[in-house]
Amino acid sequence: MKNPLDSLWGTVIAGLLLTALLYALARSAMGG
Amino acid sequence: MSMDVIHYGIGRWLHILCGMMWVGLLYYFNFVQVEALKRAAADTPPGTAGIMRHVVPRALAWFRYASLATVALGFYLLAARAPDVLLFRVRAYVPIGIGAWLGLIMFFNVWVLIWPNQKKVLGLVSASDAEKARARRVAFLASRTNVMLSIPMLFFMVASGGMFRASIF
Repeated sequence: MKNPLDSLWGTVIAGLLLTALLYALARSAMGG
Repeated sequence: MSMDVIHYGIGRWLHILCGMMWVGLLYYFNFVQVEALKRAAADTPPGTAGIMRHVVPRALAWFRYASLATVALGFYLLAARAPDVLLFRVRAYVPIGIGAWLGLIMFFNVWVLIWPNQKKVLGLVSASDAEKARARRVAFLASRTNVMLSIPMLFFMVASGGMFRASIF
């Protein structure tokens, strides 16, 4: 499997997905 | 002028100013320089020497010291609340805690992975061709990781004062 970080757009998309994941974690940690 | 104005007004302004310099150069490296060097290397004769000699060391110096100033000013802003923020002991500080940790990982990548490996690539420390190739790959991946982390980092820095606004940060 190709490393998404080798592509600039793969890097940006990975960053956006990580943002969504961390947002959900933050919301849950703050009590929804 | 009150201490709060200096601390949260001027301190935050300088923190963001240094962060813009840091992440701006990070984006220059990833969105501009990587592809430009690839194209310059394909020229006849290769045109990378000038960039590697005059641009890269200068950009890297501003890049790493801007990262240092950004993190130092971040700790100045957190001050005595730093343990509560970094250990997620207060719910309202969770967003800024996530942003701070992302920034700290990026700072680690700059000083531990990017800069020592770039020194080998630039010939500032001796390295064989195989070591240089490996150093180039490690520095590249660390730099790309920082681009990826910068996206949620900025979200949480901004969201702490915006959509998550529940704390003075």
